[in-house]
Amino acid sequence: MSLASSVAPAPRVGVLSHPWVRFGVRRLGRLLVSLWVLVTASFLMIHLIPGDAVRAALGPTAPPELVASTRADMGLDDPLLVQYLHYLQNLLHGDLGTSLISRLPVSDIIAQRLPATLELAVLGFLLAVAIAVPVGVTMGVLTRRGHGRRTELAFTTTSVVVGIIPDFLVAVGLVYVFGVSLGWLPVAGNDTASAYVMPVVALAIGPAAILARILRVEMVAVLGADFVRTARAKRIPNRSVYLRHALPNALTATLTLGGLILSALVAGTVLVENVFAWPGLGSTIVSSILNKDYQVVQAIVIVYGVGVLVINTLVDVALALLDPRSMIKEG
Amino acid sequence: MRRLMGVLRTPLGLTATVLSLGVLVLAVVAPILWTDDAEAVDTSNILAPPSSEHWAGTDNLGRDILYRTLVATRLSVELALAATLIAVTVGLLLGTAAFVLGRRPGRLVGAGINIAVAFPGILLALFFAVIFGVGATGAVLAIGLAGAPAFGRLTQTLVASVAARDYVAAASVAGVGRLRSLFRHVLPNISEPLVVNATISAGGALLAFAGLSFLGLGVQQPQYDWGRLLFDGISSLYVNPWAALAPGIAVIIAGLAFNLFGESVAKAFGVGVVGGIPELPSVAAHLDDVAPVEDAGHAPEDVVLDVRDLRVTFPGPNGPIRPVRGVSFAVRRGEAIGVVGESGSGKSLTALAISRLVDDSGRVEADRLELLGSDLRAADTKAQRQLLGTSLAMVFQDPMTSFNPTQRMGGQLAESARHHQGLSRKDALARAVDRLRAVRISDPETRAHQYPHEFSGGMRQRAMIGMGLMGSPALIVADEPTTALDVTVQQQVLDLLADIRAADDVALLLISHDVSVVGEVCDRVLVMYAGRIVEDLPAAGLESAARHPYTRALVAAVPDMATDIDQPLAVIPGRPVDPSDVPAGCAYAARCPLASARCRAEDPPLVTEPDGSRVACWHAGEPIAIEIRDRELDHELEEVEAS
Repeated sequence: MSLASSVAPAPRVGVLSHPWVRFGVRRLGRLLVSLWVLVTASFLMIHLIPGDAVRAALGPTAPPELVASTRADMGLDDPLLVQYLHYLQNLLHGDLGTSLISRLPVSDIIAQRLPATLELAVLGFLLAVAIAVPVGVTMGVLTRRGHGRRTELAFTTTSVVVGIIPDFLVAVGLVYVFGVSLGWLPVAGNDTASAYVMPVVALAIGPAAILARILRVEMVAVLGADFVRTARAKRIPNRSVYLRHALPNALTATLTLGGLILSALVAGTVLVENVFAWPGLGSTIVSSILNKDYQVVQAIVIVYGVGVLVINTLVDVALALLDPRSMIKEG
Repeated sequence: MRRLMGVLRTPLGLTATVLSLGVLVLAVVAPILWTDDAEAVDTSNILAPPSSEHWAGTDNLGRDILYRTLVATRLSVELALAATLIAVTVGLLLGTAAFVLGRRPGRLVGAGINIAVAFPGILLALFFAVIFGVGATGAVLAIGLAGAPAFGRLTQTLVASVAARDYVAAASVAGVGRLRSLFRHVLPNISEPLVVNATISAGGALLAFAGLSFLGLGVQQPQYDWGRLLFDGISSLYVNPWAALAPGIAVIIAGLAFNLFGESVAKAFGVGVVGGIPELPSVAAHLDDVAPVEDAGHAPEDVVLDVRDLRVTFPGPNGPIRPVRGVSFAVRRGEAIGVVGESGSGKSLTALAISRLVDDSGRVEADRLELLGSDLRAADTKAQRQLLGTSLAMVFQDPMTSFNPTQRMGGQLAESARHHQGLSRKDALARAVDRLRAVRISDPETRAHQYPHEFSGGMRQRAMIGMGLMGSPALIVADEPTTALDVTVQQQVLDLLADIRAADDVALLLISHDVSVVGEVCDRVLVMYAGRIVEDLPAAGLESAARHPYTRALVAAVPDMATDIDQPLAVIPGRPVDPSDVPAGCAYAARCPLASARCRAEDPPLVTEPDGSRVACWHAGEPIAIEIRDRELDHELEEVEAS
């Protein structure tokens, strides 16, 4: 920075100096680098498999001519760099290759399977937030400085324990209780609305516990802040103090950590789908791994990875909207 | 070792430790004892429900579920530990790379770690499972490598913090190689948090392994770990649910045990042991022995604020603490009253108590607490909120932290007008802009759309005053309004307060530790010490008519133009009273040059003088024979004595 501008801020010139633009450019750059790493890793995956991936996929009984022709179709005999460039080119055109097993275009398989997984993930996320925000805020208010030590201990212990139990075990427990013993809810598929209940709950409950715990800690910290006293001094209803003043400030830190939890929720769909035979990407990737259908696996890895990257980017944007200072700090 | 014992002292830590040890013992013992029982096939008794012979029933080959679950402990724990070992080793390599390789390659590794950490572990594990193939070995490698980035990041952070320390820097200056430095100085210093985190991630690895085996990607027949048993059991959930529930419960118990043990150790090492919480005793009777004080002589009609025997009590670890011990005063319309005292004198808490903003763990009591004639001690009603919200303005000490950082300034000002005056969003914002202009903020339309961090400190404090002016305040309570500001803007804020007071006949209660500020702005001064008013006098009489030795000491401690800057600043000897340990008699006696036996035995009452001023001292107005600070005068006196 020049001396002149540090003495009297010079008028800022150009769009690039606008904080939102700078934030956007930097964040986009990071997203693109991460995407490139993801795509390259999924490309290398097939080549890192020991032995001949095509032979492994087609099985020991497949005739050598078929293996050779499949290899040629996939371009596996070209130099690695050529294959890589082809791969990138095809990706840009939305061509994800052909399944080695079903011979269907991979993009069709994904288009068919993705909606079910998206539904599960979005509903799970909404439920997790719908549980975590009221619980976290209420617990934060109840256990603010000098209050409710016993409540705090009970809540923290419960939420730690619930947060650790993996989603697929919650799912198995739910199936046992509500599917097998009580017979209230269907245990597989996504044909009826009631079939959504158990998978969504199983997916949401752990992240909800962790989010609620973080939110409580943040609420307690924020409720002790000076600006909350200012808000109280305006004599607005307590509800407004908690929800309008404290909550947005507690959310910023919660979101930072919550972003990781949300992407874990996306990954959690893999296991939960397998418990409930949910016709989504998660059950497909597992059966494809077992069938050594590597083209499908490769593509689904990219889809999940993109999902995670999009979530992380959205979280950062949400953070910037909630707390404009984070844009400068982090951007 | 003592800290490890601390883990056992919390109920959660004790449970986790016992469970972890139990799981480890079982892992060693179970296969030795029960392998034969676990693998005994009984085709005549397939998928049997629990019975006295088979407590958890049998599987599809008639094998005992309970024994199989117990025996599977070893493989499950072994695989989890192996994966953790890989995660820690690879993580250490990645995390220390920046230190060993130097800046540029280190940065690259760091960026790689950051990208990898963004992806959830189960996705990474699936990715590696594809490469390493289905099976136990592949799964160990997959889960180990999937855990490596997180560990790498942790190591990197820890290494960076240690590497910045002086002795490491000194070692590198002395020519000690980086690798040598790493093993001699860095690693020993970060081993503790690494071990703790490894324990936690062992629990995580156990759960992840169960996940992979459950998907059929981990352990394969005829081997079995808990995840595999679960995978096999889920298909017979309707026939014998225990085939799935027993290994499921085992996974949860073991995963929780390792995880919580690690967390407990981390807590015990990091922030000390949170022991039992002592019960708070009720307010002890001896606190109530401060005699109520009469504040005479104000015609009630022009009284804005009337406070009689105000007390504030907080629960403390060793019994209740009363930082405000019976304060009585009245503020008339348009009057400016200063409250001075050292920190801990209870002046700020008095201000908060008057404005009903004491944290509700504190108890506020008073014989009378009235604002514009209405009782503030009554329940928190809408009418009371309305009154406080419009007639009482608060200005806090630190303008940097007193605004909500996530809301625009205009909206923060407008909020109270929308609530109490029922203005629309637009009208309230217009009034906010008008008030910002009233407190001399230039270009208020633009400023109203900005966030607090775009305001300077002085502007924020003026905006805070503007926020108080959204209603029609009869009283402004300003708690150290200039303390956090630059000297150059302090005067602006004081002038603004004075102007508002003059223009609208608003009363001002100015809390400050700065006698000179109070003397300049106020009509009357209340001097507080140890939660009581010790003197109440006209501000004009601060220098000449102060009678309490504490007031005189405060005034004497103010440097003025005549102060010899070569001399150390005058201070009041001794320390302020700790509110949790107020001595008998006059609280100031220990620091007072006039203190007599009576002062140490009896607390002097606050006595009203004929001129309306009040003082609480057995020796009020007596001359103080202390060392005279003025060196010139000193010198003259010496000469007089010599001659």
